This record gives sequence, C-alpha cells and structure tokens, in this order.
Amino acid sequence: MSLTTEPRTETAGPAPRGRTTLGRVLALLRNTWRGLTSMRTALTLLFLLALAALPGALLPQRSLNSAKVDQYIQNRPTLGPLLQKLGFFEVFASSWFAAVYLLLFVSLIGCLTPRTLEYARAFRAAPVVTPRNLSRMPHHASATLDGTPAQMLEKVRARLRGWRVAVVEEPGGDVAVSAERGYLREAGNLVFHIALVGLLIGIAAGKLYGYEGQVIVMTGGNQFCNTGILGYDSFKAGTRVDGTALDPFCIKVDDFDAQYLPNGAPDSFRASIGYQSGAELDAGPGGPWHPYQLEVNSPLRVAGDRVYLLGHGYAPVFTVTFPGGETRTVATQWRLADPNTLLSEGATKIDRPGMTDETQRRSSQIAITGLFAPTSSGGKVVTSLYPAPLDPELAVDVYRGDLGLDNGRGQSIFEVDQRQVASGALKKVARSNLKLGQQLVLDDGTVVRFGSLSQWVSLQVSHDPAEKWVLVFAVLVLAGLGTSLTIRRRRFWVRLRPVRDAGGPGRTVVEIGGLARTDQAGYGEEFTRLRAELLGGDGSENHDGSENHDGSANHDGSANHDGSANHDGSANHDGSANHDGSANVTDPGGGS
Amino acid sequence: MPGVAIVNETLATYSDYAYRTAMVIYLFAMVLHLGEYARDRVAASALVAAGSGGPSVDEPAGRPPRSRAERFGRTAVALTILGALLHASSLVLRGAAVYRWPWGNMYEFSSAICLVAVVGWLVVLHRSRRAGAGRAAQLRTIGSFVLLPVVILMFLAGTVLYANAAPVMPALRSYWLAIHVTAASVSGGMFLVAGVASALFLVRGTATDVTGYKAALPARDALDRVAYRVTVIAFPIWTFAIMTGAIWAEAAWGRFWGWDPKETVAFVAWVVYAGYLHARATAGWRTGRAAWVNVFGFAVMLFNLFFVNLVVAGFHSYAGVN
Repeated sequence: MSLTTEPRTETAGPAPRGRTTLGRVLALLRNTWRGLTSMRTALTLLFLLALAALPGALLPQRSLNSAKVDQYIQNRPTLGPLLQKLGFFEVFASSWFAAVYLLLFVSLIGCLTPRTLEYARAFRAAPVVTPRNLSRMPHHASATLDGTPAQMLEKVRARLRGWRVAVVEEPGGDVAVSAERGYLREAGNLVFHIALVGLLIGIAAGKLYGYEGQVIVMTGGNQFCNTGILGYDSFKAGTRVDGTALDPFCIKVDDFDAQYLPNGAPDSFRASIGYQSGAELDAGPGGPWHPYQLEVNSPLRVAGDRVYLLGHGYAPVFTVTFPGGETRTVATQWRLADPNTLLSEGATKIDRPGMTDETQRRSSQIAITGLFAPTSSGGKVVTSLYPAPLDPELAVDVYRGDLGLDNGRGQSIFEVDQRQVASGALKKVARSNLKLGQQLVLDDGTVVRFGSLSQWVSLQVSHDPAEKWVLVFAVLVLAGLGTSLTIRRRRFWVRLRPVRDAGGPGRTVVEIGGLARTDQAGYGEEFTRLRAELLGGDGSENHDGSENHDGSANHDGSANHDGSANHDGSANHDGSANHDGSANVTDPGGGS
Repeated sequence: MPGVAIVNETLATYSDYAYRTAMVIYLFAMVLHLGEYARDRVAASALVAAGSGGPSVDEPAGRPPRSRAERFGRTAVALTILGALLHASSLVLRGAAVYRWPWGNMYEFSSAICLVAVVGWLVVLHRSRRAGAGRAAQLRTIGSFVLLPVVILMFLAGTVLYANAAPVMPALRSYWLAIHVTAASVSGGMFLVAGVASALFLVRGTATDVTGYKAALPARDALDRVAYRVTVIAFPIWTFAIMTGAIWAEAAWGRFWGWDPKETVAFVAWVVYAGYLHARATAGWRTGRAAWVNVFGFAVMLFNLFFVNLVVAGFHSYAGVN
C-alpha cells in the first residue's frame, strides 16, 4: 500500500549526528507503518483474528455461562487457572483479542486513507491514453466503414454514453477515443472497508453507553419501573452508565399465557402487559396504560429501550393461618428444575405478622420448600409430566424457626439457609404432598394451604443507543461489498483512421479494443455488443473466430488477464501499463 | 390440549421418500461420474504418453461419436438434475407438511445446503458450457467429487440428524427464519462447491505434466476460477446471512451480537473467507495458499454445522425461552 508519511527532515539540514539518529527512528517508524499497512500484514492479522476468536467457541465463556466456566476450571486444576489468567474464558474482553482487531483496524485505516485519496484523484483524471496496438488487447476487432471519422466519432460518442471518454487527435491524423467505466467498484470497496470501521465504532459505543438488566415480575398486575439499578435482579452496564439517568418507563404484567404441543414442546409464550412512559408516568399507576402483547420475537420498544420476554415459571401461592388467627398469603417465584416439564423448586419464606418481640418473631418464621410439578405424576415421589398446569402438585418440607434473614448474610430466595438448619435454629416440622386447594396442619396448629397458582415472567430491559448506527453501517458494508464484487472496471478504446484512397466518399477504418481491469468474465459479452453496434456485421469478419470473445474462454492459460484477483491496480495487470508507449513497428496507425 | 399444531403425516412421508430417492440417484450419478473419470484418466494418460500436451487440450472440431466416458458423464449430469428435482420436492413437501419454511432443524437445514450445492454445481457446469463444450466436459469429470460430500452430508442428515416433521419452537416462528436461514444455506451450499474446487486444485498440484489419477482433473486455472467465482457470489450472501441473523437475534434474544458459539464460528468463517478474497489479491498468496484458505473456510463452515450444533450448547441449540 502506498504511504503518506514522507519524512521531510531527512533532506533538511546538515547536523549529521542528529540526522542519523532521527533518520533511523523515522526510518524505523516508516518501515513499521509500511509493514503494518501492507496487504500481507492485513492478511496475517485477519487469520490471527479468526484464530483468536476460536477459543471463544471452544471454551466455555463467562459472559455466556459462568457456572460452566467454574466447572471447567474445577475439572482441570492445572490448566484451568492458567487459561483463566490468560483470559481464555473471556476471549472477547481479553487484551490480546483487542490487540489483534485494533491492529487490524489500524492497518485497515492506514490502507484506506491513501486509497481514498488515490480514488479521489483517479475520479477526476481522464481515461488512459489509447494503446498504439489495439490488436494486442484481450478483446479486439476492426472494420472499414462508410463515413468520415467525424461521423464515426459522433456515433462512438453516442454509444459510449455513461462511460468516461477522452478523445485525442493523434499525430498521424487518427482520432483515438479512450473510455473507461466501472469506477464504482473501487468506491464500493472503500465504502465496505470504511463502513467496517464505522461498525466497530458503533458496537464499541453501544458497549460503553448501553445497559442490560433482568428482572422477574409476578403476573397479576405487578409493576416494574425502570428508574434505577436497584429495581433489577441483575444489571450489566457499560462504563459510561452509572445508573442514574435511565430512560423512565413502567411495566405492568397482567397475565402470562403459554401454549404447549402434546409432546410438551412449547408452542407459544405471551405476556399481556401494559406500559407507561414519559409524561404518562406523572399520572401514576392509576393512569392510562398502553396494552402490549409481549412475545418471543416481538419485544416492546419503549422510551429508547427494548423489553424482552426471556422466561417464565410458577409461583405457588400459600396462605398460612397462624395459631393466633393471623393469616398471610405469599407467592414467591420458584425456579425451574427441569426446563422441559417445568418441574420447579424453591422456598417460600413467611414472617409471622404481629410479632413485636424480636426473638419471638425470629423463632416463628416459616419456610415452605420443595418441588412443584405443574402436571403431577401422582404417587409419593412427585415429578412433572407436562409443562402446563393441568394437575399441579407440591412436595414440600415446612421449616419453622429463624430463617436467618436478619443476620446480614445474603441468602438465595430459592433455598433455605442450611446453616440455620445445621445450627438448630431452623427445624423441619412437616413434610407433605399438596394438591391445589389442599392444606396441612403443623404441630402448633398453623395451617399451610396451597391456595392457588401464580406465574412469573422474567424480563430483560436492553438499552443500546448506537444500535441504529450499527445497522446503518451494516447495510453500508453489504452495499459496498455487493458493489465491489459485481461491478467490473473495464476500458474500451476506438481508433478512427480515415481511408485516404481514390478520393471517394469518406471511409474510415474503425479499430476497437477492450480490456477488463479486474475480472474478464462477462466483459466479453459487453464487448461483443459494442462491436456489433459500432462495427455492424463487418466487425466479426475481421476477427478470428467468435469464441475468442465469449468471456474467459480465450484466456485459459494466461494467468495475467484471467485471475480476476487483480483488484488492486497492480501494474502487471493493467493494460495501459503494459501496452502504452511500447513503440510497435507493426502498428499500422503509428508513426509517419 | 390447547395449541395442538397439525402435521400432515402423508406429505411428510412423501417428503422422506423423495429425500431418500434423491440421495440414491445422487449416488448413481456419482458412480457414473467416477466411471467417466476413470475412462478420462486412461485417455489423458495416453495423451501425455504420446507427448501431445496436457489434458486441457480441447476436443478436435470434427467430433467423433461420443465415447463411453462422454456418455457416462452426460447420464450422470442428467441423473443429477433428476435428483435435484426430487430433492427440491422433498423440501417443498416437508414445508407443506408442517406449514412453515422447511429449514427449522438440522436435518432440514443440511438438506437445503446439499440442494444448493447440487444446484450450484449444475449452474457452474451450465455456465462453463457457454465457454465451450470441451471445457464443460473437462469440468464435468469432477462431478463425483462434488457429489461425494453431498451424499455423505445427506446420509448423515437423513440418519443421525433426522428429525420428524414437527412445528418449531416459538423463537423460530419468525419471518426471519425464511430470510436468515435461506441465506445461510445458500451460501453454505455454494461454499461447498467452492471448497471442493479448491481442494481439487490443491490435489492437482503445480506440476504441468500431471499423470495418473490427477491427469483427468480439469486445468488448475479452471478449478481456481470455479472456486473464486463461486466464493465471490457466496461471500456477500454469507455476510447477509450473518447480518439478518444479528437483526433476528436483536428481536429474539435481546442483543444483536453476543458471541454465542454459533455466532463466533460464523464470524470466524466470515473472516477466513475475507482472508481468501484478500489472499487472491496478494502476491505470493494468489494461488496455492489462497486455495488452502478456501478449503479451511469450508472446514470452519462444517465445524459450525456439526460441532457447534451438536457438542457446544448455545442459543442456536434452541434451548428456547425456558
């Protein structure tokens, strides 16, 4: 690739010592830059990029499944930690992956800049001079036609509308027309590569300014508002997001409906929700809600954010009647133990109301934990047969005592704290299977009733302000690619030589030649059309066998004109470089 | 139970019949191509022995009656066309049986890739005919090498990967299935043809006077040209497939790109094919090394189809909303 960093200081003043040192440094910089922007380096970096990305597919990745990574490391006590240290479990966040693609993009920009300038120059430049000997061109024909050169020129000009044309009066009295077409190929090429840079910037901006949060919301009119990080169960944000200026909107989940096929495979998921955003929020929960059917493949786009339906599950509703007559009704989400049958597990934790004495309150907390089957197998050991709630049944253990909720240690909402059980603070007081509507009575008279079944949905809120730019650049990438791979840069020349005999009506020898600068295939057909229109029937007579014209047929062996690989204007393949100015004694048009 | 989807079992059965018949017909075509190849090889060796130049010599104008090799080859092509028609009807019937686009699982997707490969191969053959009957005949001898991976892939798809006609999971119920997966299978099938051409290019080697089993292979340039032209068309389609996949993922999974294993390997394949196109424009890489890159690119595509779908768990395993 060509270079723009021409160090001027080398030719500047004397100062021999400084010059050599400076010169050396500059030479080193220049050579480094040249090396970095060369096609060979770009190629190497491309393969390195492919190689560097592969572990991302072969090894478990933190960003996708953290538990799997831990498992992997645990199974490989020597290799695991080493890979961990080298960032192999976070390939796409690792410094070495970033190094490869940043170098690649530096190389790309270093290559693009001079090429864009070169293209801008070439765009204004006239087509190259007509070669002396057109018969040397891969496509060539000539004929002697009625009409003066001026008339012929008119005809040629009319035919070459859309081509860039230069007309030159040659010393011998000939008129040479040089035409070129297909400049858009390089334009497409440049657009493709520049759009790739744009794509990278767009993705990076999205990572910096975007966020992604997950939250579980119970159905039955429960709400979630996007007001701060604390509302979320998990929240992942770019470094430029501090969570204080989220786009405000609220979601109310009214209902969730899942349909399944007879074999238990899911058929459809739909959450009926309502949403408020902007000024509507001032009206509060009592204000108007916009209804929306949230489905897979159909996220809600509101206030610059997207809301997705990620998952769902069941929440058994327990009503506990304590010995004093106080009742509490609680529904806590249980998590899936089997994603196919929706067998669920969880722990519903209940504080006894009306307890003013702290120690007494702590010793009378209740936890109901166990398994939930939406369609129960029946029998003593409950399993689930089908994901829809056709015959719900619970298999629960009930604990009473101190759940440890106030001891400062975090605990899972899906399990009881086993340390509390081990210390004796929490005691198992009952074990039972419960169908919908059934209840069990504890030793102290507390009644635990499985009253009804609720559902929860897990929602994801995503925010990526650069997303539309990524799409724009992606479209440009595709458009540039299509243009650069379908348009052919090709040249066409005409030489008009007046026939000076007998002084009759003007006759002209019309000689045409053609050269595709990139891919020869397909140009033959265009050339044949041009020949037919400019030379008429005469043209083909002059030519040796028509199969020479159909595309690639005649270039079988000559790798020079064939390959179609020559995008880069390498002089070898450029007709003008080879043929221009080569004084040819056999050229009838040249010389005297 | 609510939401019971209907599958037309009769059509599904006919689809399976058509699929198996197509596979057997391809197998016959492949054997005939091999017969042609073997005969050609003998003829080519004789030519080389007589010192009358390489195998790229076109047939003389005054055409003698068709040789047995010629007849083998022509029958093989006719059979391939018949197979492709049956193959296409098997996919159409599958789609009609399940009331959706017939590429919703690995069996159907592999089948679509194979169909594209076969049709792509026939198009290449047809286009080369316009460049001269001799060249078409030359190229035709590699038919067996194109059909071999197709038959293997179809066999695996019809046995190991086979899935009964059934509706797809909710995440796949989108018009993007038609766009994204069609683009992916079209480019995948074309990459197969290009990969075979590049592999044969490498097998043929650099020597000008090849003998033995290599002698009947088409000229290096012809193989290289097929590989390049097919890749040049397939690459933008593959780019389109990745982009529509990203658009779909944005609607279905909450992000347009998440380095899911399938996405990662698709990206790797894209980079490798981009490398191939650049290699074709780089001195010293233009021929031999570029062909290696192309073969490697197809290897990555196969890896993406088999390993990532079957071994690595990711979004593309369709674990679903659960």
